[in-house]
Parts: sequence; structure tokens; C-alpha cells
Amino acid sequence: MSATPESVLHDGAAAIAAAVREGRMSPRSVVEASFARAEEVDAGPNGLNCILSSDLNSSLHAVESAPVGGALAGVPFVLKDNIATTTLNTSCGSKILEGYVSPYDSTVARKLRAAGAILVGKGNMDEFAMGSSTEFSAFGPSRNPIDRTRVPGGSSGGSAASVAAGIVPIAFGSETGGSVRQPAAFCGVVGVKPTYGRISRFGLVAFASSLDNIGVFGRTVDDAARAMEVVSGDDALHDATSARLAAPELRTDSRDLAGVVIGKPKEYFPASLTPAMRAHCERAIDALRARGAEIRDVSLPHTDLALPVYYIIAPAECSANLARFDGVRYGLRMEGEGLRGMYEATRSTGFGTEVTRRILLGTYVLSAGYYDAYYRKAQDVRALIAKDFTDVWASGVHALFTPTTAAPAFTIGAISDPYEMYLCDLFTVSANLAEVPAISVPIGRIDGLPVGGQVIAPKFDERMMFRISYALESELGQAAHT
Amino acid sequence: MAVSKDDVRHIAGLARIGVAEERLDSLVTELNGILAHMDVLQKVNSAGAAAKADALRTGMPLGADHAPSVALERPIAQIAPPTRALDGAPMPSVIDGFFLVPRLATHEDAGDAS
Repeated sequence: MSATPESVLHDGAAAIAAAVREGRMSPRSVVEASFARAEEVDAGPNGLNCILSSDLNSSLHAVESAPVGGALAGVPFVLKDNIATTTLNTSCGSKILEGYVSPYDSTVARKLRAAGAILVGKGNMDEFAMGSSTEFSAFGPSRNPIDRTRVPGGSSGGSAASVAAGIVPIAFGSETGGSVRQPAAFCGVVGVKPTYGRISRFGLVAFASSLDNIGVFGRTVDDAARAMEVVSGDDALHDATSARLAAPELRTDSRDLAGVVIGKPKEYFPASLTPAMRAHCERAIDALRARGAEIRDVSLPHTDLALPVYYIIAPAECSANLARFDGVRYGLRMEGEGLRGMYEATRSTGFGTEVTRRILLGTYVLSAGYYDAYYRKAQDVRALIAKDFTDVWASGVHALFTPTTAAPAFTIGAISDPYEMYLCDLFTVSANLAEVPAISVPIGRIDGLPVGGQVIAPKFDERMMFRISYALESELGQAAHT
Repeated sequence: MAVSKDDVRHIAGLARIGVAEERLDSLVTELNGILAHMDVLQKVNSAGAAAKADALRTGMPLGADHAPSVALERPIAQIAPPTRALDGAPMPSVIDGFFLVPRLATHEDAGDAS
């Protein structure tokens, strides 16, 4: 049976680009199929609510000028709502930026367009990327396509759900503490956090600048690798957020791990880990062994300090970055008494509860008298956490394998305590603090809900991370989704 | 360390966020709940670790200092010539790439436009 736009959408980015390049399919028909799928799953009271803004005419207009020979020719994609584009809103899931349109494109959007990919929507997110469930969006929570009573994870939940629901084969999110890997695990797709600086953040609305990354979602490891090859590398503008390194070749035909040493850090397999999650991880580790990898027990002794460190540094940086939303330069403005009254009215009306909480927390830990006790201390302990990783690499270990999360997706509204929500990032924040690349790959389901395994590699060694992920995906086969 | 209602009022002022009085109690509870988890860091011997790590860091490369990567100035010819905008409104004069505007009346030495 010949391929249809609907079927190639499901087959993935490689199939779409090949069909478009060879003239077997028009990019227009693929984009129309993507919009039709979004309409089918996104709307209504029980809809996924994963796309915040989209415009068919604008996407079809983009098709006309898109190069059909590009690496992602005709591939529809979703960008998280905090990645700037000139054609759709960039609201960051916040009332304070509702309806805001950027005057320039992010580097990621520009590189994707040059590769022939077509933007079809902006993904729902926790406001300013602060959250782990996409429940803190000012525009309502997204739902998990696998079970609509549950969260898709967050903060890039809309992007993850768009891929899982078959609207697009690839999507892009942002990662400050796990906001790509955690929703990827919850939605049963692949999610990549690159090395800090591997992908330019030009045009990403800043949350915590020393931790922020743009990340990639794909339904398969290969789609994620293709997308990442396109958006990685030095930025033509030579901005301050990307390393001066060429995009690495991440795709490989090898599914063999002979000679590869993979560490299993004991801190990521605590006694409290559920038997079901432990069993899925053990099955994944057996799969890695079956492909020739040597599995070695290792320790990252400062792991339990990562969450407290993260929740000092990230709010501190957020309190500085979000100071720009003052009612003068962007978006919402509320009337108040005098200039200060206007600032306070605008910011208290425009920011939601979690963003307000984190700005206050960040302002506190940076304030006179508390800076040394909190912020300076957190920076010192962050260095110890990063050293744990370099010590492990120095011992001859090429990468690490861990669970991405401790449990599958939870029910919408189930977590109300802020710190309990922060615990969702338990296994992911360390990679952000240490600036190392990490990927979440589906490794199975618990009671029908997807769970992910995480591969962490040394800085700028995304090739090793992908090599291991390809082998893991290949060995697990259909078991990764059952 | 724990925050009080006065602390929350103070930091909300620093952050330029209006916080209603009735929200203060719950914010005190929430922030103290979070800060309690940070106390574990005080027991860690980490003095100087960040400085040591920074010394080993290669950092981001610096570009040659010959021209900005994005043009920060436009040629005067692009902004100077028209004396009237399309809607007929008068355009300000330009000297050295700067628009000339009337001196602000609030200036103590307010006088002729210069």
C-alpha cells in the first residue's frame, strides 16, 4: 500500500523528508494532515490542549518557500511557547505575555526553516517553564495522550504530547531541570537534553541562564538524532549561548556496544524505587548488556544534594531574568499608583502562583544577609555535583544509565505541595547542574503508562549517548512500549 | 533559617510584586516548607569548590572585536532623508545618527531645542 500523508506522519521525520525529497508527497499535504490530527485530538473539554497557537495559512505559506532538498524537508514540528518565532505567539504559557509576537526568530526556528521543516504550532507549557506537569500554564493544563486523566509531564508537556499524539514527528522544548526528559518519559517518546551550549539559546526566553537548554523530542531515537543534527552547532550570529563547535553527526547504523562501559549509579536506584520501575530498568540494562556493553556499579555521592541546589540556583536566576517583565517593554500592563504601583499591579496580575513563588524564593536567596548562606553555598555544592560526573568519566566509564523518573505520569491535580512537585525532577536535575547531555528513551509501561530510561554522557559526547540509545531502542523493540 | 511575614513583604517589594495581605500567611508556609529542604546544604564541606571549578573552566570563546555580529547602527541615509512621514507628520531632524527632539520641559535649564 502506498504511503499517505497520515501514514508518513506516523512513520516519522525520516520517512517524510524522503517522500518529499523524492517528490512522492507534497509538503502541503503533510502539513494539512498534521493540522487535521491536531484538530482531532487537541480541541474540546477533554482535548489534549497541547498546542497554544497555530495558523494553517501561515504554515502553508512557509511551505511555499521551504527547500524541498533539506534534511527535514516537509517535516512538521512544534516549538515550545517560549521559543521565539515571528509568525506565531510566544507567550511562555503566561498571561503577562498573552498575544506577544516576537520581532525576530530564534536560531532554532531559523535552522529548522533552512532545513525545510514547517512550524505548525507552539506547544503548551508550565508558565515560564516552571513546573513539571504543564498544569501551571495560564491557558489550562495539557493532557497526556496515553491517559487523558493524567499530566503529560512538564514543563514542555505540550511539545511532548504533540509528538506522542501523532500531530508531529519531532518537537522542541526547553530544559532547565528535566523539562524535556520527564515529559518524554511520561508520554512514551524520546527526549534529549543536550550539553549546555550545544544548541544556541538565541530566542529562547530565559528562565535560569546557567541551566537552560533547548531540547528535542522525537518518536524514535533516529528522529531525535536527525532533529538534533539540524539545530546543533555554532550559531551564525556568534551569540553568547552556543559553543563554537560544528553540529556532530549523531546518526549511526551500529547497534553494537562492544567495548562500551555503562555505569549504574547506586544513588539513582534507591530502596524506595518501586519494584515495577526497578524491573523495567533491569530489563533495559540486560538489553544494553545483550548488545555488548559492560555494566559497572558506580557512585555519584552528591546526588541527594542536587534538588536543594537546583531550587536555589534556578529561582535566583529566574528572579533576575523575569525582572524584565515590568509592564513597560512587553505584554500586559496594569494601572497602579505611580511607576512602582504599575510594576507591582502588572507583575502580580500577570504572573501565576508558581512563578510568583519562585521569584520570591529567588529574591530571598539573593538578598543581603542570605546570599552566602544560600546562593554561594549552592554554587559550591553544584561544583561538587559536577565533579562527581568527571570523576566517574575519569574511571573509564563512557556513560550512565538511570531511570528518568521514579514513577509514571500522575493524575491531573494529584500533587499540590510545591516541593512534592519539585521531586519529579529528582533524577534529571543533576545533568543540568553538571551541564552534561542526557536522553530519555522509552523502556516499557507500568499499568499501561510509559516510563523512560535515561542515558547520561560526558560533555559534548552526544555521539556516545545516541549510540547507546539506538542500541537500547533496537534491542527492546516493541517491549519498550508494552 | 525561616522567613516571616515581614520578610515576605520585604522581598515582594524588592521583586516589585504586589502581594495581598491575605496571601502572606500561605506564602510564609510555602516558602519555609521549601527552604527547610535547603538546610541540608549547610552540613556539606564545600568551601571554595565553585572557585576551583571556575579556574579549570575554559569558558566561552571570545569573538574578534572588529564589528558587531548584528548591525547595531543603520546608515544615516536610511533614516535621515524624508522630512515628512507617510501620514504627513513632520519627521525629526537627525545629526550624527541621532534624532533631535525638543529639550524636556522638566530639565532645570529648559530652553531652546538643541
